Amino acid sequence: MKIGVVTFPGTLDDRDAARAVRYAGGEAVSLWHDDADLKGVDAVILPGGFSYGDYLRCGAISRFSPVMEPLIAAAQGGMPLLGICNGFQVLAEAHLLPGALTRNHELHFLCRDQKLTIEKTDTAWTSSFSKGQEILIPLKNGEGAYMCDDQTLAMLEGEGRIIARYVGENPNGSRNLIAGITNERGNIVGLMPHPEHAIDSLTGPSADGIGFFTSVLKAMVK
Amino acid sequence: MAKIVVDVMLKPEILDPQGKAVAAALPRLGFSFATDVRQGKRFEITIDGEPTAAQLAEVETAAEKLLSNPVIENFTVRVEK
Repeated sequence: MKIGVVTFPGTLDDRDAARAVRYAGGEAVSLWHDDADLKGVDAVILPGGFSYGDYLRCGAISRFSPVMEPLIAAAQGGMPLLGICNGFQVLAEAHLLPGALTRNHELHFLCRDQKLTIEKTDTAWTSSFSKGQEILIPLKNGEGAYMCDDQTLAMLEGEGRIIARYVGENPNGSRNLIAGITNERGNIVGLMPHPEHAIDSLTGPSADGIGFFTSVLKAMVK
Repeated sequence: MAKIVVDVMLKPEILDPQGKAVAAALPRLGFSFATDVRQGKRFEITIDGEPTAAQLAEVETAAEKLLSNPVIENFTVRVEK
């Protein structure tokens, strides 16, 4: 099972994402933002970082990178696609997921271990978890406040498309404590916190994050 | 040569933490005039000659696609003399 990890100029977490794929038992394939070539991968991860220095808006310029054209087409056709942090911002800018990620309400860049509850387990990226399971993974961003209009929020809640919520105090001002959402089909997931940094308790706060990567490998076998 | 100005502002219902921080800093400097501050972006686009209606329509499209995010922002386009 080949999982592509895209590197944009300014991407930081591509190596950890590739490592998480290998830990889960998959083959990680590097994809380059400037090549409109998915190299035959079965799924793709848009990792975290500061692509294009967050110029204009986070993810706004990366969204028009050459690699995005085949990627958007493949994801619309059902290929699993996970956007973590900056990757989530790219998915929102590409309108593959509704809403937008905006400046944290207290303006601080947050970097801490964050508890989440997994709320939806029938997606390509969350089937290894149980519904209501609490996990602990790092949260590190300056623009992680999930915003959308009331109608979109009601739609996400009504259709059960919120995959994870923050536990406890709202860390960044996200509406309804939203940490991650999915599309209607459940193949595209955007998540603000970083599961790829929590795959081994030696190097992360837990090994809870590995579930996202084992989930997609299971989804592809099916 | 003409200059087309695109102003991008967060929609009124979207929280603007940067504007709030600026509003909170003003009284610390002794300025008491502001009841609210909103912060936005301004793009100055230079073109050859006077802009045609077709060019302005293109700028509108570019502002919608790239310069702003319609989910959270509004924009205005004007020609600066």
